[in-house]
Amino acid sequence: MNEDNYLNAGYSLRSWFFTTDHKRIAILYFASLIVFFLIGGAAATAIRIELVTPQADLVSSDMYNRLFTMHGIIMVWFFLIPSIPNTLGNFIVPLMIGARDLAFPRLNLLSWYLFMLGGGVTLFAIFAGGVDTGWTFYTPFSTLYSNSYVAVAVTGVFIAGFSSILTGLNFIVTIHRLRAPGLTWYRLPLFLWSLYATSVILVLATPVLAMTLVLIVVERVLGVGIFDPKIGGDPLLFQHLFWFYSHPAVYIMILPGMGVINELISCFSRKQVFGYKFVAWASLAIAALGFLVWGHHMFVSGQSLLASLVFSFMSFMVAVPSAIKVFNWTATLHKGSIRFDAPMLYALGFIGLFTIGGLTGLFLACLAYDVHATDTYFVVAHFHYIMVGGMVTAYFGGLHYWWPKITGRLYSEYWARTAAVLIFFGFNLTFFPQFILGAEGMPRRYHVYPPEFQVWNVLSSGGAVILAIAYLMPLVYLGYSLFFGRRAPANPWDAPGLEWQTPSPPPEYNFDTQPVVTRPPYQYSPDFAAEPQNA
Amino acid sequence: MRHEWTSFWHSGVSPHGRDVDMLFGGLLLASALVLGLLFFLLTLFCIRYRVSNAVDRDHRIRKSWHWEVTWTAASLLGFLALFVWGASIYLDIFRTPPDELSVFVVAKQWMWKVQHTGGQSEINALHIPVNRPIRLVMASQDVIHSFFIPALRLKHDVVPGRYQDLEITAERSGHYHLFCAEYCGTEHSGMTGEIVAMEAADYAGWLAQQSPSASLAQEGGALFRELGCSGCHGTGSKVHAPALEGLYGNPVPLSDGSMVTADDKYIRDSILLPRSQIAAGYEPLMPSFEGKVSEDQLLRLVAYIKSIGGHRS
Repeated sequence: MNEDNYLNAGYSLRSWFFTTDHKRIAILYFASLIVFFLIGGAAATAIRIELVTPQADLVSSDMYNRLFTMHGIIMVWFFLIPSIPNTLGNFIVPLMIGARDLAFPRLNLLSWYLFMLGGGVTLFAIFAGGVDTGWTFYTPFSTLYSNSYVAVAVTGVFIAGFSSILTGLNFIVTIHRLRAPGLTWYRLPLFLWSLYATSVILVLATPVLAMTLVLIVVERVLGVGIFDPKIGGDPLLFQHLFWFYSHPAVYIMILPGMGVINELISCFSRKQVFGYKFVAWASLAIAALGFLVWGHHMFVSGQSLLASLVFSFMSFMVAVPSAIKVFNWTATLHKGSIRFDAPMLYALGFIGLFTIGGLTGLFLACLAYDVHATDTYFVVAHFHYIMVGGMVTAYFGGLHYWWPKITGRLYSEYWARTAAVLIFFGFNLTFFPQFILGAEGMPRRYHVYPPEFQVWNVLSSGGAVILAIAYLMPLVYLGYSLFFGRRAPANPWDAPGLEWQTPSPPPEYNFDTQPVVTRPPYQYSPDFAAEPQNA
Repeated sequence: MRHEWTSFWHSGVSPHGRDVDMLFGGLLLASALVLGLLFFLLTLFCIRYRVSNAVDRDHRIRKSWHWEVTWTAASLLGFLALFVWGASIYLDIFRTPPDELSVFVVAKQWMWKVQHTGGQSEINALHIPVNRPIRLVMASQDVIHSFFIPALRLKHDVVPGRYQDLEITAERSGHYHLFCAEYCGTEHSGMTGEIVAMEAADYAGWLAQQSPSASLAQEGGALFRELGCSGCHGTGSKVHAPALEGLYGNPVPLSDGSMVTADDKYIRDSILLPRSQIAAGYEPLMPSFEGKVSEDQLLRLVAYIKSIGGHRS
């Protein structure tokens, strides 16, 4: 182990809570996200237990509504959006481009404090009495009718939004200004292209969310008519504003995952990513087109038929760059030397789950089918395939891949592979039945439901048990490895990326000498230099 | 165990429902083909090119525009076809319904209140004759609800502050679920009901059996006097206000020179927001009834004005 690294640079609380080291801030984010993930996961567990039977037996309707609202708010804003960018991104971006830190280290720390403040305020709203609007805060329910802590929760999300903006800004400037000599744009690892695209969305879309949330509070607290028709407002205006942020936010939640998958597929098939430029520009195309599809959430809301046609067309268009990525990943495997380490199992799982999520997205982009399927469990299944099957799987894959670099320890390969396989099967068992429920017409956010839907709900809840256990497993074996894992070498995967050319864990200032880049990325030796290190 | 447990596919029982089912089948087939191809290639490559397998790895396919262009173009064409298919059915589902048998639906937390023109009313149920297009005029008293009948593959939000037209047709008699699909608060999942599709004769019998005291239009006429509308709009009134006889369904010239058709929406808006569309030749004297009349009263007033309307030509 490297004797002089960022982890042993200081042990005081002060050295952690006032650090400007991107690696330590990444760890702060990582620890906070575990807490939020467990809270959001607990809510999901309660929901799935309640839905085992058609009647209301575990919780009251008010409680149920608070549970799914809390699950949505926590998972979207306090887990998925910051997940890969703020943990893996924060840690890896400067290392990947051969820099000492992000461009604005203190803004980076501020971003974490804002995130925690926003999270604290939101948790206060949840535990003081809860919020029952759904994470979408639809008006006029949220502004006039809901008797819950809407204004407080909205304030929490508002504050956390600034943390997103700061992170996005930091990444954009860093990737523009701090690349090592010789590291041209087309030599950037694709993870950076996708984080760059993500950052553009973070900076451009989050302010719209902030304004929308302010308008909710203005109507709810001051009684100014904006969204409620009774006092002269327009309820659909809210949906346009909300989805103008929240649809691009879906791409905030998946693009970084796609970025991680490039790194994993390339490393474990020992080949450069097929069609590098297409994959790189596909990320930016998704970010750009993603701003033009928000109306596909409103096909039955009463927006004009012409608007629906345009939004449906654009939604099909935004699927093209995603399809390009999937085909390129598959082609990357061709004539590779493939090894099935845990990160690769996560990556393969990602491709399968993301593709199912993407294809079912086409069902929903298709106007006439969306009329039937929108606001049913079909939608719930679809976006969980993208965000949980896609993003969370990629997050776990990336976490395992960079774990030796981050902690300087190796985890148990056996348990890591077991967890990866269990997550894949548990996930499918949980969410595939929900497609069937949706196709049959079971609406989402239903606390009680007609008995003919029970069999699929029972299957889904059974899958959720497996999934919950599988998600807890890494907590155990990764936690164990922190203390008892074998020391990791600098480059356990024999990878050419800059982040692997410095010791594990990296020294406080990342590189002893400024690295210089002379080749394109992903120049893997055709075979692994060594046998699996983690066995 | 209930029989429904085993049969989980029920085909749509409306003309559009069949189209949507076809579309669903097409989407499933396309997805299965893509997914099948992808899983086949993934499995093949993973087995053939696993690191321990000493297989020929020379002559890798090189990066080439051909591959990229091929799969980009293939996706694009497939997507375009699906877009056109879905859009054409969608336009058909939501074309503006002609003046068929209309039924008023008022959504409120947490019930569906249905008013037939004959004065029959029901809660969380809607009786309709089979094979006859019914025009629903829907309004919400409070928050956004969504009128969803899975068996008809049909759904539309009911947004407060406006009327929403929707045409429904059931081809087979039976009982079908009615759900509220837009989250609307505490008892959202209790805001359900049933659509009862009946043969024409049974439907007529059902209507007769309800024996309401007065038709919707009659109740509306009473309200028309109670709320003071007749003071200005009634015959013999001294106030210069437009006469409403023969108004419904006909074009109305507005003071800004444009024309509108006096339909349900126009009448509703004219009661709530009288100054937004001023009939040509009249002073904007009428006070707004916003907040003074409920959706239930509004639809009665609309029914009354409709009943004294009829096509002039």
